[in-house]
Amino acid sequence: MSNTPDDRKYADSHEWALLEADGNVRVGITDHAQELLGDLVFVELPEAGQSVDKGDECSVVESVKAASDIYSPVTGEIIAINDALEDSPEAINDSPYDDGWIFIVKPTDASELNELLDAEGYQNLVEDE
Amino acid sequence: MIKKTILNSAHRQLGARMVDFGGWDMPVNYGSQIDEHHDVRNGVGMFDVSHMTVVDIHGPQARSFLQYLLANDVAKLTRQGKALYSCMLNEAAGIIDDLIVYFMDAQNYRLVVNASTREKDLAWIEQQAKPFDVTVSERPQLAMIAVQGPKARQKVCPILPDRLGLSAAEIKPFSACWFGEWFVGRTGYTGEDGFEIMLPEDKAEGFWSQLLEVGVKPCGLGARDTLRLEAGMNLYGQDMDEDKNPLESGLAWTVAWQPNDRDFIGRSALEAIKKQGLSHKFVGLLLEEKGVLRGHQTVVLDDASTGEITSGGYSPTMERSIALARVPANIGETCKIDMRGKLKEATVVKPCFVRQGKIQIDV
Repeated sequence: MSNTPDDRKYADSHEWALLEADGNVRVGITDHAQELLGDLVFVELPEAGQSVDKGDECSVVESVKAASDIYSPVTGEIIAINDALEDSPEAINDSPYDDGWIFIVKPTDASELNELLDAEGYQNLVEDE
Repeated sequence: MIKKTILNSAHRQLGARMVDFGGWDMPVNYGSQIDEHHDVRNGVGMFDVSHMTVVDIHGPQARSFLQYLLANDVAKLTRQGKALYSCMLNEAAGIIDDLIVYFMDAQNYRLVVNASTREKDLAWIEQQAKPFDVTVSERPQLAMIAVQGPKARQKVCPILPDRLGLSAAEIKPFSACWFGEWFVGRTGYTGEDGFEIMLPEDKAEGFWSQLLEVGVKPCGLGARDTLRLEAGMNLYGQDMDEDKNPLESGLAWTVAWQPNDRDFIGRSALEAIKKQGLSHKFVGLLLEEKGVLRGHQTVVLDDASTGEITSGGYSPTMERSIALARVPANIGETCKIDMRGKLKEATVVKPCFVRQGKIQIDV
Protein backbone atom coordinates (compact mmCIF):
# COMPACT_ATOMS: atom_id res chain seq x y z
CA MET A 1 0.00 0.00 0.00
CA SER A 2 1.45 3.37 -0.92
CA ASN A 3 1.96 6.10 1.63
CA THR A 4 -0.17 9.30 1.58
CA PRO A 5 0.68 11.77 4.36
CA ASP A 6 -2.23 13.96 5.46
CA ASP A 7 -0.21 17.16 5.92
CA ARG A 8 -0.59 18.11 2.24
CA LYS A 9 -2.93 18.24 -0.76
CA TYR A 10 -2.99 16.11 -3.90
CA ALA A 11 -3.76 16.65 -7.60
CA ASP A 12 -5.48 13.89 -9.53
CA SER A 13 -2.43 13.95 -11.83
CA HIS A 14 -0.44 12.56 -8.85
CA GLU A 15 1.47 15.61 -7.64
CA TRP A 16 1.47 16.58 -3.97
CA ALA A 17 1.42 20.24 -2.80
CA LEU A 18 2.60 21.21 0.67
CA LEU A 19 1.81 24.67 2.02
CA GLU A 20 4.87 25.76 4.00
CA ALA A 21 5.06 28.16 6.94
CA ASP A 22 6.30 30.98 4.68
CA GLY A 23 3.24 30.67 2.44
CA ASN A 24 5.06 28.97 -0.44
CA VAL A 25 3.97 25.65 -1.96
CA ARG A 26 6.42 22.78 -2.29
CA VAL A 27 5.60 20.25 -5.06
CA GLY A 28 6.57 16.68 -5.79
CA ILE A 29 5.01 13.40 -6.98
CA THR A 30 3.28 10.86 -4.79
CA ASP A 31 4.55 7.54 -3.51
CA HIS A 32 1.91 5.89 -5.68
CA ALA A 33 3.18 7.73 -8.78
CA GLN A 34 6.83 6.82 -8.18
CA GLU A 35 5.83 3.19 -7.63
CA LEU A 36 3.95 3.11 -10.92
CA LEU A 37 6.81 4.75 -12.81
CA GLY A 38 9.53 2.51 -11.41
CA ASP A 39 13.16 3.66 -11.07
CA LEU A 40 13.47 7.35 -12.01
CA VAL A 41 16.46 8.05 -14.27
CA PHE A 42 16.05 11.66 -15.40
CA VAL A 43 14.26 14.81 -14.26
CA GLU A 44 13.80 17.86 -16.47
CA LEU A 45 13.40 20.68 -13.95
CA PRO A 46 11.58 23.99 -14.54
CA GLU A 47 13.53 27.24 -14.29
CA ALA A 48 13.52 29.35 -11.17
CA GLY A 49 11.71 32.59 -11.90
CA GLN A 50 9.34 30.96 -14.39
CA SER A 51 5.65 31.86 -13.96
CA VAL A 52 3.19 29.01 -14.08
CA ASP A 53 -0.55 28.65 -14.21
CA LYS A 54 -2.32 25.95 -12.30
CA GLY A 55 -2.28 22.86 -14.53
CA ASP A 56 0.75 23.95 -16.63
CA GLU A 57 3.26 21.29 -17.60
CA CYS A 58 6.44 22.54 -16.02
CA SER A 59 8.65 19.52 -15.48
CA VAL A 60 9.18 16.01 -16.84
CA VAL A 61 10.22 12.93 -14.92
CA GLU A 62 11.46 9.92 -16.85
CA SER A 63 11.70 6.44 -15.43
CA VAL A 64 12.97 3.16 -16.82
CA LYS A 65 9.42 2.73 -18.04
CA ALA A 66 7.98 6.06 -19.20
CA ALA A 67 8.13 9.84 -19.32
CA SER A 68 5.57 11.69 -17.24
CA ASP A 69 4.68 15.40 -17.23
CA ILE A 70 4.49 17.22 -13.92
CA TYR A 71 1.79 19.86 -13.68
CA SER A 72 1.90 22.82 -11.34
CA PRO A 73 -0.89 22.41 -8.80
CA VAL A 74 -1.15 26.20 -8.26
CA THR A 75 -0.64 29.48 -10.15
CA GLY A 76 2.38 31.54 -9.24
CA GLU A 77 6.14 31.89 -9.71
CA ILE A 78 8.67 29.08 -9.36
CA ILE A 79 11.14 30.29 -6.75
CA ALA A 80 13.23 27.17 -6.18
CA ILE A 81 14.05 23.90 -7.89
CA ASN A 82 15.59 20.75 -6.45
CA ASP A 83 18.95 20.73 -8.27
CA ALA A 84 20.00 17.57 -6.45
CA LEU A 85 17.61 15.61 -8.67
CA GLU A 86 19.86 16.28 -11.68
CA ASP A 87 22.40 13.86 -10.29
CA SER A 88 20.11 11.75 -8.10
CA PRO A 89 16.70 11.32 -9.70
CA GLU A 90 16.33 8.19 -7.54
CA ALA A 91 15.67 10.51 -4.57
CA ILE A 92 12.09 10.60 -5.88
CA ASN A 93 11.85 6.81 -5.48
CA ASP A 94 13.58 6.75 -2.11
CA SER A 95 11.89 9.76 -0.54
CA PRO A 96 8.98 11.06 -2.65
CA TYR A 97 7.63 13.40 0.07
CA ASP A 98 10.91 14.84 1.41
CA ASP A 99 14.24 14.69 -0.45
CA GLY A 100 12.40 14.00 -3.72
CA TRP A 101 10.59 17.36 -3.88
CA ILE A 102 10.78 18.93 -7.36
CA PHE A 103 10.05 22.68 -7.14
CA ILE A 104 8.59 25.42 -4.94
CA VAL A 105 5.94 27.85 -6.16
CA LYS A 106 5.19 31.22 -4.62
CA PRO A 107 1.42 31.12 -5.14
CA THR A 108 -0.61 34.06 -6.42
CA ASP A 109 -3.61 32.75 -4.53
CA ALA A 110 -2.99 30.03 -1.95
CA SER A 111 -6.72 29.32 -1.75
CA GLU A 112 -6.29 27.36 -5.02
CA LEU A 113 -5.00 24.58 -2.79
CA ASN A 114 -8.55 24.06 -1.54
CA GLU A 115 -9.50 22.78 -4.99
CA LEU A 116 -7.08 19.85 -4.60
CA LEU A 117 -7.81 16.50 -2.95
CA ASP A 118 -7.01 15.76 0.66
CA ALA A 119 -5.14 12.58 1.57
CA GLU A 120 -8.30 10.53 1.92
CA GLY A 121 -9.68 11.78 -1.39
CA TYR A 122 -6.41 10.92 -3.13
CA GLN A 123 -6.32 7.45 -1.57
CA ASN A 124 -9.84 6.83 -2.89
CA LEU A 125 -8.80 7.99 -6.34
CA VAL A 126 -5.83 5.63 -6.36
CA GLU A 127 -7.90 2.70 -5.18
CA ASP A 128 -10.45 3.31 -7.96
CA GLU A 129 -7.76 3.33 -10.67
CA MET B 1 -8.64 -14.74 -18.39
CA ILE B 2 -5.08 -13.78 -17.60
CA LYS B 3 -2.61 -16.68 -17.63
CA LYS B 4 -0.29 -17.44 -14.74
CA THR B 5 2.94 -19.39 -14.64
CA ILE B 6 3.52 -22.02 -11.96
CA LEU B 7 5.74 -19.50 -10.13
CA ASN B 8 3.02 -16.83 -9.83
CA SER B 9 2.53 -17.17 -6.07
CA ALA B 10 6.32 -17.28 -5.55
CA HIS B 11 6.58 -13.88 -7.27
CA ARG B 12 3.77 -12.44 -5.14
CA GLN B 13 5.39 -13.72 -1.95
CA LEU B 14 8.54 -11.85 -2.95
CA GLY B 15 6.52 -8.63 -3.30
CA ALA B 16 6.84 -8.42 -7.09
CA ARG B 17 5.01 -5.71 -8.98
CA MET B 18 2.97 -7.70 -11.48
CA VAL B 19 1.86 -6.58 -14.95
CA ASP B 20 -0.16 -8.01 -17.80
CA PHE B 21 2.50 -9.01 -20.30
CA GLY B 22 0.79 -10.25 -23.46
CA GLY B 23 -1.93 -11.98 -21.48
CA TRP B 24 0.41 -13.33 -18.79
CA ASP B 25 0.51 -12.05 -15.21
CA MET B 26 4.27 -11.51 -14.88
CA PRO B 27 6.67 -9.73 -12.48
CA VAL B 28 8.02 -6.45 -13.88
CA ASN B 29 10.30 -5.95 -10.86
CA TYR B 30 10.72 -7.03 -7.23
CA GLY B 31 11.63 -3.53 -6.03
CA SER B 32 14.21 -1.81 -8.21
CA GLN B 33 14.62 -2.70 -11.87
CA ILE B 34 18.01 -0.98 -11.96
CA ASP B 35 19.33 -3.00 -9.00
CA GLU B 36 18.13 -6.18 -10.70
CA HIS B 37 19.89 -5.14 -13.91
CA HIS B 38 23.19 -4.66 -12.04
CA ASP B 39 22.72 -7.99 -10.21
CA VAL B 40 22.77 -9.76 -13.58
CA ARG B 41 25.69 -7.78 -15.02
CA ASN B 42 27.83 -8.15 -11.89
CA GLY B 43 26.60 -11.29 -10.12
CA VAL B 44 23.63 -13.48 -10.85
CA GLY B 45 19.90 -13.03 -11.29
CA MET B 46 16.99 -15.20 -12.37
CA PHE B 47 13.89 -14.71 -14.48
CA ASP B 48 10.72 -16.74 -14.69
CA VAL B 49 10.31 -17.27 -18.43
CA SER B 50 7.80 -20.10 -18.15
CA HIS B 51 5.43 -18.15 -20.37
CA MET B 52 7.68 -18.92 -23.35
CA THR B 53 6.58 -21.70 -25.66
CA VAL B 54 8.54 -24.94 -26.02
CA VAL B 55 7.86 -27.00 -29.16
CA ASP B 56 9.46 -30.36 -29.87
CA ILE B 57 9.90 -31.53 -33.46
CA HIS B 58 10.26 -35.29 -33.74
CA GLY B 59 10.53 -37.68 -36.66
CA PRO B 60 12.70 -39.04 -39.47
CA GLN B 61 12.34 -35.79 -41.45
CA ALA B 62 12.85 -33.42 -38.52
CA ARG B 63 16.03 -32.01 -40.00
CA SER B 64 14.77 -31.50 -43.54
CA PHE B 65 11.58 -29.93 -42.18
CA LEU B 66 13.52 -27.39 -40.09
CA GLN B 67 15.82 -26.66 -43.05
CA TYR B 68 12.67 -25.64 -44.91
CA LEU B 69 10.95 -23.86 -41.99
CA LEU B 70 13.83 -21.68 -40.76
CA ALA B 71 15.99 -19.01 -42.42
CA ASN B 72 19.06 -20.23 -40.56
CA ASP B 73 20.27 -23.74 -41.39
CA VAL B 74 19.99 -26.50 -38.78
CA ALA B 75 22.55 -28.45 -40.81
CA LYS B 76 25.09 -26.27 -38.95
CA LEU B 77 24.13 -28.19 -35.83
CA THR B 78 26.34 -31.23 -35.83
CA ARG B 79 27.17 -31.61 -32.14
CA GLN B 80 24.45 -32.95 -29.89
CA GLY B 81 22.98 -30.16 -27.76
CA LYS B 82 24.13 -27.33 -30.01
CA ALA B 83 21.74 -24.38 -30.35
CA LEU B 84 21.01 -21.99 -33.20
CA TYR B 85 19.17 -18.66 -33.33
CA SER B 86 16.90 -18.23 -36.33
CA CYS B 87 14.03 -16.30 -37.83
CA MET B 88 10.94 -18.10 -39.07
CA LEU B 89 9.78 -16.23 -42.18
CA ASN B 90 6.59 -16.11 -44.21
CA GLU B 91 6.61 -16.37 -48.01
CA ALA B 92 7.16 -12.60 -48.29
CA ALA B 93 10.23 -12.87 -45.99
CA GLY B 94 8.43 -11.11 -43.13
CA ILE B 95 9.42 -12.37 -39.70
CA ILE B 96 6.74 -14.57 -38.11
CA ASP B 97 8.92 -15.06 -35.04
CA ASP B 98 12.49 -15.43 -33.86
CA LEU B 99 13.44 -18.54 -31.95
CA ILE B 100 16.15 -20.82 -30.64
CA VAL B 101 16.43 -24.36 -31.95
CA TYR B 102 18.35 -27.02 -30.01
CA PHE B 103 19.68 -30.15 -31.73
CA MET B 104 18.95 -33.17 -29.54
CA ASP B 105 19.48 -35.91 -32.14
CA ALA B 106 18.79 -36.48 -35.84
CA GLN B 107 15.11 -37.06 -35.15
CA ASN B 108 14.59 -34.62 -32.28
CA TYR B 109 14.90 -30.87 -32.16
CA ARG B 110 13.51 -28.47 -29.57
CA LEU B 111 12.29 -24.97 -30.43
CA VAL B 112 11.73 -22.14 -27.96
CA VAL B 113 9.46 -19.47 -29.41
CA ASN B 114 7.94 -16.28 -28.02
CA ALA B 115 4.89 -16.38 -25.75
CA SER B 116 3.17 -13.49 -27.53
CA THR B 117 3.23 -15.36 -30.85
CA ARG B 118 2.35 -18.82 -29.51
CA GLU B 119 -0.92 -19.44 -31.37
CA LYS B 120 0.19 -18.20 -34.79
CA ASP B 121 3.56 -19.98 -34.48
CA LEU B 122 1.99 -23.32 -33.63
CA ALA B 123 -0.58 -22.99 -36.43
CA TRP B 124 2.17 -22.08 -38.94
CA ILE B 125 4.54 -24.84 -37.86
CA GLU B 126 1.79 -27.46 -37.95
CA GLN B 127 0.61 -26.27 -41.36
CA GLN B 128 4.12 -26.35 -42.84
CA ALA B 129 4.85 -29.75 -41.24
CA LYS B 130 2.05 -31.52 -43.11
CA PRO B 131 4.12 -32.78 -46.08
CA PHE B 132 6.89 -34.00 -43.75
CA ASP B 133 7.14 -37.12 -41.63
CA VAL B 134 7.36 -35.24 -38.33
CA THR B 135 5.28 -34.62 -35.25
CA VAL B 136 4.96 -31.20 -33.63
CA SER B 137 4.40 -31.27 -29.87
CA GLU B 138 4.02 -28.27 -27.64
CA ARG B 139 5.36 -28.82 -24.11
CA PRO B 140 3.23 -26.51 -21.94
CA GLN B 141 3.92 -28.59 -18.84
CA LEU B 142 7.54 -27.40 -18.74
CA ALA B 143 8.45 -24.40 -16.60
CA MET B 144 11.46 -22.29 -17.61
CA ILE B 145 13.85 -20.31 -15.43
CA ALA B 146 16.69 -18.23 -16.89
CA VAL B 147 19.65 -17.82 -14.50
CA GLN B 148 21.97 -15.17 -15.90
CA GLY B 149 25.16 -13.41 -14.91
CA PRO B 150 28.89 -14.09 -14.44
CA LYS B 151 28.16 -16.16 -11.32
CA ALA B 152 25.27 -18.14 -12.84
CA ARG B 153 27.15 -21.36 -13.53
CA GLN B 154 28.78 -21.59 -10.11
CA LYS B 155 25.39 -21.11 -8.42
CA VAL B 156 23.33 -23.39 -10.66
CA CYS B 157 25.52 -26.44 -11.31
CA PRO B 158 25.69 -27.69 -7.67
CA ILE B 159 21.92 -27.70 -7.25
CA LEU B 160 20.89 -29.38 -10.50
CA PRO B 161 19.54 -32.93 -9.97
CA ASP B 162 21.64 -36.07 -10.41
CA ARG B 163 24.42 -35.92 -12.97
CA LEU B 164 23.02 -32.88 -14.72
CA GLY B 165 25.18 -30.47 -12.73
CA LEU B 166 28.34 -32.16 -14.00
CA SER B 167 27.16 -32.03 -17.60
CA ALA B 168 25.99 -28.42 -17.27
CA ALA B 169 29.41 -27.40 -15.96
CA GLU B 170 30.98 -28.79 -19.16
CA ILE B 171 28.76 -27.44 -21.91
CA LYS B 172 29.97 -24.66 -24.16
CA PRO B 173 28.08 -21.41 -24.80
CA PHE B 174 25.04 -21.91 -27.00
CA SER B 175 24.82 -25.61 -26.15
CA ALA B 176 22.50 -27.68 -24.01
CA CYS B 177 22.38 -30.86 -21.95
CA TRP B 178 19.47 -32.72 -20.43
CA PHE B 179 18.51 -35.48 -18.07
CA GLY B 180 14.97 -36.82 -17.96
CA GLU B 181 12.64 -33.86 -18.28
CA TRP B 182 15.28 -31.36 -17.13
CA PHE B 183 16.92 -29.42 -19.97
CA VAL B 184 19.71 -26.90 -19.48
CA GLY B 185 20.77 -24.54 -22.28
CA ARG B 186 23.77 -22.23 -21.93
CA THR B 187 21.76 -19.51 -23.62
CA GLY B 188 20.00 -16.33 -22.59
CA TYR B 189 18.72 -12.89 -23.42
CA THR B 190 20.98 -10.65 -21.36
CA GLY B 191 24.43 -10.61 -22.97
CA GLU B 192 25.85 -12.44 -19.94
CA ASP B 193 26.83 -16.05 -19.39
CA GLY B 194 24.16 -18.23 -17.86
CA PHE B 195 21.56 -20.92 -18.35
CA GLU B 196 18.00 -21.26 -19.47
CA ILE B 197 16.57 -24.21 -17.58
CA MET B 198 13.46 -26.10 -18.57
CA LEU B 199 12.05 -28.37 -15.89
CA PRO B 200 8.82 -30.14 -14.94
CA GLU B 201 6.27 -27.70 -13.53
CA ASP B 202 5.98 -29.60 -10.25
CA LYS B 203 9.71 -29.04 -9.63
CA ALA B 204 9.75 -25.35 -10.47
CA GLU B 205 8.81 -23.83 -7.11
CA GLY B 206 11.32 -26.00 -5.26
CA PHE B 207 14.12 -25.15 -7.67
CA TRP B 208 13.26 -21.42 -7.57
CA SER B 209 13.48 -21.55 -3.74
CA GLN B 210 16.84 -23.33 -3.91
CA LEU B 211 18.16 -20.65 -6.25
CA LEU B 212 16.98 -17.95 -3.84
CA GLU B 213 18.72 -19.75 -0.97
CA VAL B 214 22.07 -19.78 -2.76
CA GLY B 215 21.79 -16.04 -3.41
CA VAL B 216 20.39 -15.77 -6.91
CA LYS B 217 18.42 -12.50 -7.12
CA PRO B 218 14.91 -12.60 -8.61
CA CYS B 219 14.63 -10.22 -11.58
CA GLY B 220 11.59 -9.03 -13.47
CA LEU B 221 10.77 -8.38 -17.09
CA GLY B 222 11.84 -4.74 -16.69
CA ALA B 223 15.48 -5.70 -16.11
CA ARG B 224 15.20 -8.37 -18.80
CA ASP B 225 14.30 -5.62 -21.26
CA THR B 226 17.13 -3.23 -20.33
CA LEU B 227 19.64 -6.12 -20.35
CA ARG B 228 18.62 -7.33 -23.80
CA LEU B 229 18.58 -3.75 -25.12
CA GLU B 230 22.14 -3.18 -23.89
CA ALA B 231 23.13 -6.49 -25.47
CA GLY B 232 21.58 -5.34 -28.77
CA MET B 233 19.17 -8.25 -28.92
CA ASN B 234 15.95 -7.73 -30.82
CA LEU B 235 12.53 -8.01 -29.23
CA TYR B 236 9.84 -9.51 -31.41
CA GLY B 237 6.88 -7.17 -31.93
CA GLN B 238 9.02 -4.09 -31.30
CA ASP B 239 12.20 -4.41 -33.35
CA MET B 240 10.71 -6.67 -36.00
CA ASP B 241 7.40 -8.19 -37.05
CA GLU B 242 5.72 -9.75 -40.09
CA ASP B 243 6.10 -6.54 -42.08
CA LYS B 244 9.88 -6.50 -41.63
CA ASN B 245 12.52 -8.81 -43.06
CA PRO B 246 15.71 -9.95 -41.31
CA LEU B 247 17.97 -7.83 -43.54
CA GLU B 248 16.41 -4.57 -42.29
CA SER B 249 16.25 -5.84 -38.69
CA GLY B 250 19.94 -6.35 -38.02
CA LEU B 251 19.53 -10.09 -38.50
CA ALA B 252 21.25 -10.70 -41.84
CA TRP B 253 23.80 -12.81 -39.92
CA THR B 254 21.05 -15.31 -39.07
CA VAL B 255 20.13 -16.00 -42.70
CA ALA B 256 22.02 -18.99 -44.14
CA TRP B 257 22.30 -18.43 -47.91
CA GLN B 258 24.57 -21.45 -48.36
CA PRO B 259 23.96 -24.04 -49.66
CA ASN B 260 22.36 -22.31 -52.65
CA ASP B 261 19.86 -25.07 -53.22
CA ARG B 262 18.35 -25.04 -49.70
CA ASP B 263 14.80 -23.89 -50.25
CA PHE B 264 13.58 -22.23 -47.07
CA ILE B 265 10.32 -20.34 -46.67
CA GLY B 266 10.84 -16.73 -47.69
CA ARG B 267 14.09 -17.36 -49.57
CA SER B 268 13.00 -16.17 -53.01
CA ALA B 269 11.38 -13.03 -51.60
CA LEU B 270 14.46 -12.30 -49.53
CA GLU B 271 16.75 -12.80 -52.54
CA ALA B 272 14.66 -10.31 -54.53
CA ILE B 273 14.86 -7.77 -51.68
CA LYS B 274 18.61 -8.23 -51.44
CA LYS B 275 19.06 -7.83 -55.19
CA GLN B 276 17.01 -4.64 -55.20
CA GLY B 277 19.12 -3.15 -52.40
CA LEU B 278 18.00 -2.15 -48.95
CA SER B 279 16.59 1.29 -48.28
CA HIS B 280 16.86 0.93 -44.50
CA LYS B 281 19.26 -0.46 -41.97
CA PHE B 282 19.23 -1.30 -38.30
CA VAL B 283 21.51 0.69 -35.99
CA GLY B 284 22.16 1.52 -32.38
CA LEU B 285 21.79 5.06 -31.06
CA LEU B 286 23.44 6.75 -28.12
CA LEU B 287 21.74 9.91 -26.86
CA GLU B 288 24.23 12.75 -26.40
CA GLU B 289 21.85 14.88 -24.34
CA LYS B 290 19.72 14.37 -21.27
CA GLY B 291 16.51 12.41 -21.54
CA VAL B 292 15.43 8.90 -22.41
CA LEU B 293 14.95 7.53 -25.92
CA ARG B 294 11.69 5.60 -26.37
CA GLY B 295 10.21 3.29 -28.99
CA HIS B 296 8.42 5.05 -31.90
CA GLN B 297 10.34 8.32 -31.57
CA THR B 298 11.34 9.74 -34.96
CA VAL B 299 14.97 9.74 -36.07
CA VAL B 300 15.81 12.75 -38.26
CA LEU B 301 18.82 12.59 -40.61
CA ASP B 302 20.87 15.54 -41.92
CA ASP B 303 19.02 15.34 -45.25
CA ALA B 304 15.69 15.54 -43.34
CA SER B 305 14.75 11.93 -44.17
CA THR B 306 13.44 9.99 -41.19
CA GLY B 307 13.58 6.66 -39.44
CA GLU B 308 12.11 5.25 -36.26
CA ILE B 309 13.33 4.05 -32.89
CA THR B 310 12.11 0.48 -32.42
CA SER B 311 13.29 0.03 -28.80
CA GLY B 312 14.69 2.70 -26.54
CA GLY B 313 15.45 3.14 -22.90
CA TYR B 314 17.90 3.89 -20.18
CA SER B 315 21.09 1.86 -19.94
CA PRO B 316 21.92 1.31 -16.26
CA THR B 317 25.42 0.06 -17.17
CA MET B 318 26.33 3.09 -19.29
CA GLU B 319 24.12 5.56 -17.38
CA ARG B 320 23.05 6.90 -20.76
CA SER B 321 20.04 6.48 -22.94
CA ILE B 322 20.35 4.03 -25.85
CA ALA B 323 18.11 2.72 -28.59
CA LEU B 324 17.74 0.39 -31.54
CA ALA B 325 16.39 2.05 -34.67
CA ARG B 326 15.48 1.36 -38.29
CA VAL B 327 16.79 4.24 -40.37
CA PRO B 328 17.50 5.21 -44.00
CA ALA B 329 20.63 3.36 -45.14
CA ASN B 330 22.51 6.60 -45.88
CA ILE B 331 22.57 7.69 -42.22
CA GLY B 332 25.83 9.34 -41.12
CA GLU B 333 27.62 9.24 -37.79
CA THR B 334 25.07 11.41 -36.00
CA CYS B 335 21.38 12.18 -36.19
CA LYS B 336 18.63 14.00 -34.31
CA ILE B 337 15.80 12.45 -32.35
CA ASP B 338 12.42 14.10 -32.01
CA MET B 339 11.85 13.78 -28.27
CA ARG B 340 8.54 15.21 -27.24
CA GLY B 341 8.84 18.00 -29.79
CA LYS B 342 12.51 18.82 -29.17
CA LEU B 343 15.30 17.67 -31.50
CA LYS B 344 18.14 16.08 -29.55
CA GLU B 345 21.54 14.90 -30.73
CA ALA B 346 22.40 11.19 -30.95
CA THR B 347 25.41 9.21 -32.18
CA VAL B 348 24.95 6.25 -34.51
CA VAL B 349 26.69 3.10 -33.24
CA LYS B 350 26.72 -0.65 -33.79
CA PRO B 351 23.65 -2.14 -32.13
CA CYS B 352 25.57 -3.89 -29.36
CA PHE B 353 26.20 -1.76 -26.29
CA VAL B 354 27.19 -4.09 -23.45
CA ARG B 355 28.29 -7.73 -23.41
CA GLN B 356 29.85 -9.80 -20.63
CA GLY B 357 29.75 -6.82 -18.29
CA LYS B 358 31.80 -4.63 -20.67
CA ILE B 359 30.73 -1.55 -22.57
CA GLN B 360 31.30 -2.21 -26.29
CA ILE B 361 31.23 1.30 -27.70
CA ASP B 362 33.04 4.58 -27.09
CA VAL B 363 31.02 6.69 -24.70
